[in-house]
Amino acid sequence: MALIDERVAAQVREELQGLEQPVRLAVAFQSLADPESEEVRRLVEELCGLHPKLRYEPVNFVLDQARVAALGIKRTPAIAVLQEPGDGQEQDFGLRLYGLPSGYEFGSLIEAVLDVSSGRPQLQPATLEALRALPSAVHLQVFSTPT
Amino acid sequence: MRLAWQLALASDKITVDGVEVTLYEDLVQRYRISSVPKTVVGESLELVGARGEEALLELVQKAAAGGGASGLIV
Repeated sequence: MALIDERVAAQVREELQGLEQPVRLAVAFQSLADPESEEVRRLVEELCGLHPKLRYEPVNFVLDQARVAALGIKRTPAIAVLQEPGDGQEQDFGLRLYGLPSGYEFGSLIEAVLDVSSGRPQLQPATLEALRALPSAVHLQVFSTPT
Repeated sequence: MRLAWQLALASDKITVDGVEVTLYEDLVQRYRISSVPKTVVGESLELVGARGEEALLELVQKAAAGGGASGLIV
Protein backbone atom coordinates (compact mmCIF):
# COMPACT_ATOMS: atom_id res chain seq x y z
CA MET A 1 0.00 0.00 0.00
CA ALA A 2 1.26 3.45 -0.94
CA LEU A 3 2.31 5.82 1.85
CA ILE A 4 1.35 8.83 -0.26
CA ASP A 5 -2.29 8.42 -1.29
CA GLU A 6 -3.60 9.67 -4.62
CA ARG A 7 -5.20 12.81 -3.17
CA VAL A 8 -1.96 13.93 -1.50
CA ALA A 9 0.08 12.87 -4.53
CA ALA A 10 -2.02 15.13 -6.75
CA GLN A 11 -1.45 18.08 -4.39
CA VAL A 12 2.28 17.41 -4.25
CA ARG A 13 2.56 17.14 -8.03
CA GLU A 14 0.88 20.53 -8.24
CA GLU A 15 3.34 22.07 -5.75
CA LEU A 16 6.31 20.51 -7.52
CA GLN A 17 5.41 22.24 -10.78
CA GLY A 18 7.66 25.06 -9.53
CA LEU A 19 10.80 22.92 -9.43
CA GLU A 20 13.77 24.50 -11.17
CA GLN A 21 17.03 22.55 -10.64
CA PRO A 22 16.84 18.79 -9.96
CA VAL A 23 16.94 17.77 -6.31
CA ARG A 24 18.54 14.68 -4.83
CA LEU A 25 17.08 13.25 -1.63
CA ALA A 26 19.67 11.11 0.13
CA VAL A 27 18.00 8.95 2.78
CA ALA A 28 20.16 7.50 5.55
CA PHE A 29 18.60 4.34 6.92
CA GLN A 30 19.38 1.23 8.94
CA SER A 31 16.55 -1.20 8.48
CA LEU A 32 17.29 -3.58 11.34
CA ALA A 33 18.27 -1.19 14.12
CA ASP A 34 15.83 1.50 13.09
CA PRO A 35 12.64 0.14 11.45
CA GLU A 36 11.18 3.66 11.10
CA SER A 37 13.94 4.55 8.68
CA GLU A 38 12.55 1.94 6.28
CA GLU A 39 9.27 3.87 6.26
CA VAL A 40 11.13 7.11 5.51
CA ARG A 41 12.98 5.40 2.70
CA ARG A 42 9.71 4.20 1.15
CA LEU A 43 8.11 7.62 1.57
CA VAL A 44 10.97 9.43 -0.16
CA GLU A 45 11.12 6.85 -2.93
CA GLU A 46 7.41 7.41 -3.56
CA LEU A 47 7.88 11.18 -3.44
CA CYS A 48 10.66 11.00 -5.99
CA GLY A 49 8.33 9.11 -8.29
CA LEU A 50 6.05 12.14 -8.45
CA HIS A 51 8.39 14.37 -10.45
CA PRO A 52 11.20 13.67 -12.94
CA LYS A 53 13.48 16.27 -11.31
CA LEU A 54 13.54 14.40 -8.00
CA ARG A 55 16.25 11.80 -7.45
CA TYR A 56 16.28 9.23 -4.66
CA GLU A 57 19.56 8.04 -3.12
CA PRO A 58 19.48 5.33 -0.46
CA VAL A 59 22.38 5.60 2.00
CA ASN A 60 22.98 2.64 4.27
CA PHE A 61 24.00 4.19 7.59
CA VAL A 62 26.17 1.21 8.52
CA LEU A 63 27.69 0.20 5.19
CA ASP A 64 28.01 3.56 3.38
CA GLN A 65 30.12 5.25 6.02
CA ALA A 66 32.04 7.47 3.61
CA ARG A 67 28.80 8.88 2.22
CA VAL A 68 27.32 9.26 5.73
CA ALA A 69 30.41 11.19 6.80
CA ALA A 70 30.43 13.35 3.67
CA LEU A 71 26.82 14.32 4.33
CA GLY A 72 27.47 14.86 8.04
CA ILE A 73 24.55 12.65 9.03
CA LYS A 74 24.48 11.86 12.73
CA ARG A 75 21.56 9.46 13.16
CA THR A 76 18.71 7.79 11.33
CA PRO A 77 16.31 8.25 9.77
CA ALA A 78 17.71 11.28 7.97
CA ILE A 79 17.18 13.02 4.66
CA ALA A 80 19.79 15.27 3.05
CA VAL A 81 18.23 17.63 0.53
CA LEU A 82 20.77 18.40 -2.20
CA GLN A 83 20.62 20.37 -5.41
CA GLU A 84 21.83 18.45 -8.44
CA PRO A 85 22.57 21.07 -11.08
CA GLY A 86 23.90 18.56 -13.62
CA ASP A 87 26.88 16.50 -14.72
CA GLY A 88 26.72 14.54 -11.48
CA GLN A 89 27.49 17.65 -9.46
CA GLU A 90 25.94 18.27 -6.09
CA GLN A 91 25.20 21.55 -4.31
CA ASP A 92 24.78 21.07 -0.58
CA PHE A 93 23.10 23.98 1.20
CA GLY A 94 23.25 22.14 4.54
CA LEU A 95 19.59 21.15 4.88
CA ARG A 96 18.87 17.92 6.77
CA LEU A 97 15.67 16.42 8.09
CA TYR A 98 15.73 13.91 10.93
CA GLY A 99 12.85 11.74 12.03
CA LEU A 100 9.59 10.88 10.32
CA PRO A 101 8.49 13.50 7.77
CA SER A 102 4.80 12.85 8.37
CA GLY A 103 1.94 15.24 9.04
CA TYR A 104 3.13 18.83 9.24
CA GLU A 105 6.70 17.70 8.64
CA PHE A 106 5.83 16.31 5.22
CA GLY A 107 5.08 19.90 4.29
CA SER A 108 8.49 20.94 5.63
CA LEU A 109 10.12 18.35 3.39
CA ILE A 110 8.29 19.67 0.33
CA GLU A 111 9.31 23.23 1.26
CA ALA A 112 12.94 22.13 1.59
CA VAL A 113 12.78 20.50 -1.85
CA LEU A 114 11.32 23.63 -3.43
CA ASP A 115 13.83 25.92 -1.71
CA VAL A 116 16.86 23.82 -2.63
CA SER A 117 15.62 23.51 -6.19
CA SER A 118 15.46 27.28 -6.58
CA GLY A 119 18.57 28.00 -4.52
CA ARG A 120 17.30 31.56 -4.02
CA PRO A 121 16.53 32.71 -0.48
CA GLN A 122 13.45 34.87 0.00
CA LEU A 123 14.79 37.12 2.74
CA GLN A 124 14.95 40.84 3.36
CA PRO A 125 17.97 42.63 1.82
CA ALA A 126 19.21 43.64 5.29
CA THR A 127 19.13 40.01 6.42
CA LEU A 128 21.10 38.89 3.37
CA GLU A 129 23.70 41.56 4.03
CA ALA A 130 23.99 40.55 7.70
CA LEU A 131 24.41 36.90 6.74
CA ARG A 132 27.22 37.77 4.34
CA ALA A 133 29.08 39.35 7.27
CA LEU A 134 28.88 36.33 9.61
CA PRO A 135 32.35 35.72 11.04
CA SER A 136 31.96 31.97 11.65
CA ALA A 137 29.76 28.95 11.01
CA VAL A 138 26.47 28.48 12.85
CA HIS A 139 24.41 25.34 13.18
CA LEU A 140 20.65 25.53 13.76
CA GLN A 141 18.37 22.77 15.01
CA VAL A 142 14.63 23.28 14.60
CA PHE A 143 12.63 20.84 16.70
CA SER A 144 9.06 19.97 15.85
CA THR A 145 6.40 17.29 16.06
CA PRO A 146 4.11 15.91 13.33
CA THR A 147 1.05 17.81 14.58
CA MET B 1 11.11 25.54 9.60
CA ARG B 2 11.09 27.36 6.30
CA LEU B 3 12.79 30.47 7.65
CA ALA B 4 15.71 28.32 8.81
CA TRP B 5 15.89 26.67 5.36
CA GLN B 6 16.07 30.15 3.85
CA LEU B 7 18.98 31.16 6.08
CA ALA B 8 20.89 28.06 5.00
CA LEU B 9 20.26 28.88 1.34
CA ALA B 10 21.55 32.40 1.88
CA SER B 11 24.80 31.56 3.69
CA ASP B 12 27.26 28.72 3.34
CA LYS B 13 28.12 29.34 6.99
CA ILE B 14 24.70 28.13 8.12
CA THR B 15 23.54 24.53 8.35
CA VAL B 16 20.11 23.43 9.52
CA ASP B 17 18.74 20.22 10.97
CA GLY B 18 14.96 19.99 10.97
CA VAL B 19 14.25 17.43 13.68
CA GLU B 20 10.90 15.73 14.21
CA VAL B 21 11.50 14.73 17.81
CA THR B 22 9.12 11.78 18.25
CA LEU B 23 11.92 9.26 17.72
CA TYR B 24 14.58 11.10 19.70
CA GLU B 25 13.88 11.16 23.41
CA ASP B 26 17.55 11.90 24.08
CA LEU B 27 17.28 15.18 22.17
CA VAL B 28 14.04 16.06 23.98
CA GLN B 29 15.89 15.70 27.28
CA ARG B 30 19.13 17.30 26.15
CA TYR B 31 17.51 20.45 24.76
CA ARG B 32 14.60 20.51 27.27
CA ILE B 33 11.96 20.52 24.57
CA SER B 34 8.57 21.07 26.17
CA SER B 35 6.93 22.94 23.31
CA VAL B 36 7.50 23.20 19.59
CA PRO B 37 8.68 24.66 17.37
CA LYS B 38 11.89 25.24 19.26
CA THR B 39 15.04 26.45 17.55
CA VAL B 40 18.47 25.91 19.06
CA VAL B 41 21.19 28.12 17.58
CA GLY B 42 24.68 26.85 18.21
CA GLU B 43 24.40 24.80 21.36
CA SER B 44 23.11 27.33 23.84
CA LEU B 45 20.89 29.96 22.26
CA GLU B 46 17.22 29.10 22.01
CA LEU B 47 14.10 30.49 20.46
CA VAL B 48 10.66 29.11 21.27
CA GLY B 49 7.69 29.45 18.95
CA ALA B 50 7.46 30.65 15.38
CA ARG B 51 9.36 33.94 15.33
CA GLY B 52 10.28 36.37 12.62
CA GLU B 53 13.35 36.88 10.52
CA GLU B 54 14.86 39.57 12.78
CA ALA B 55 14.65 37.49 15.96
CA LEU B 56 16.30 34.47 14.39
CA LEU B 57 18.96 36.56 12.67
CA GLU B 58 19.84 38.18 15.99
CA LEU B 59 20.54 34.81 17.57
CA VAL B 60 22.52 33.64 14.55
CA GLN B 61 24.70 36.74 14.75
CA LYS B 62 25.27 36.21 18.48
CA ALA B 63 26.24 32.59 17.93
CA ALA B 64 28.56 33.48 15.04
CA ALA B 65 30.25 36.10 17.16
CA GLY B 66 31.02 33.45 19.74
CA GLY B 67 28.04 34.11 21.99
CA GLY B 68 28.50 31.18 24.31
CA ALA B 69 26.18 32.43 27.00
CA SER B 70 22.80 30.77 27.22
CA GLY B 71 19.84 32.74 26.05
CA LEU B 72 16.17 31.96 25.69
CA ILE B 73 13.60 33.94 23.80
CA VAL B 74 10.03 32.77 24.49
